[in-house]
Amino acid sequence: MIRLQHNVVHRPRTIDDACTLLAEYGPSAQLLAGGTDIMVLLNAGLLQADVFIDLWPLDELRGIDDLPDSLRIGALTTFSQILRSPAVERFAPALAAAARTIGAAQIQNRGTIGGNIANASPAADSLPVLSCLDADIELASVRSRRRVSIHSFHTGYRKTALAADEMIVAVHLPKTRTDERIEFYKVGTRRAQAISKVVLGARMQIAGGIVEHIALAYGSVAPTVVRARAAEAILLGQYPSPELASRAVAALDRDLKPITDLRSSAAYRRRVAGNLLERFLRKALQH
Amino acid sequence: MKRLLDVLREDCRLTGTKEGCGEGECGACSVIVDGEVVNSCLIPVCQVEGSSVTTVEGLALNDQLSPLQRAFLEYGAAQCGICTPGMLMSAHALLLRRPHPIRNQILEAIAGNLCRCTGYTKILDAIAAVSSGNINKPDQSE
Repeated sequence: MIRLQHNVVHRPRTIDDACTLLAEYGPSAQLLAGGTDIMVLLNAGLLQADVFIDLWPLDELRGIDDLPDSLRIGALTTFSQILRSPAVERFAPALAAAARTIGAAQIQNRGTIGGNIANASPAADSLPVLSCLDADIELASVRSRRRVSIHSFHTGYRKTALAADEMIVAVHLPKTRTDERIEFYKVGTRRAQAISKVVLGARMQIAGGIVEHIALAYGSVAPTVVRARAAEAILLGQYPSPELASRAVAALDRDLKPITDLRSSAAYRRRVAGNLLERFLRKALQH
Repeated sequence: MKRLLDVLREDCRLTGTKEGCGEGECGACSVIVDGEVVNSCLIPVCQVEGSSVTTVEGLALNDQLSPLQRAFLEYGAAQCGICTPGMLMSAHALLLRRPHPIRNQILEAIAGNLCRCTGYTKILDAIAAVSSGNINKPDQSE
């Protein structure tokens, strides 16, 4: 079937040109990267746009820079490029683990990290990792460049802090210390091509026997990816024990707002979220 | 904004590539763009400007099926046939990158291609046979 032949598609070759187009068209323009979300909506007739700005030719937006304290990942970098990157494997292996679970090869070859962030799905698999690593999102417009913390970027269900004339150009991931334990867990109906029922990006550092740093970021259990701040507060500064783990798991009631939908039930999600936290703490304490 | 899938099937009349779900879930429309397997239902055709696109029609050489295609025949890796072109393209992309994959790598490579007939075992066997060179040569007398 042939659909949607009458759109205007702009294909800028520089970030500046893309920003100029965005400033001109504002909210009536739809940005397009790898197409793995946008094309699904278009094919289903769920997205109307007169003007598309296709970022795919923008090589400026691709690539992974290994900086002294951080990795800078261009917005158009695909999940295949991320999971094959030696720098990601060394400094952010949890992101490579997440990339491996996104769709399968066909999706990983086109889906981009910037697209995953902009699409703002609560089930986006890369976002819990970005959240537990305290990533920054770099934005560009004709007005300015700015950086926004991942924690304030997603403002509600499918809502972002992007202005109408702004686009994501990169993600900045602070490098983690080698004594930190970072894990990515995804629970879905099968290992490939499954949208998550629950995702957890977890990070912990133990110093002198106590929890010096803890970050627990859950996906698919609230309108946005969320940090489990109540559970984190219970763990922080304490000597880990099975009893402490149980209290942290109980505190997830205050952090998570799971719903029942096509993929899973609220009760299952809440239970599995606790099980994943227990598994992470048990594994982390073995080291 | 036409989909690559529609341009291939309707404009180029290359109907080997199938449409299954039209939403990137089933892999029936898989083709290879610049060496990487993609779902052609999710690619606006403008994004292949300057790229090399290989469809299932591009696997045979001089009317001779590729080793992978022969292996699918020999091992009974196709039943209803709808997933087969996409399955071949995913397997071909794997073998381009890794001529001798281990079984888990084969599983991962076709994880985005759904088959409701074969139970996958014969497909895995066929791909493994190509990697180990364990398939019959085409009959030269014909």
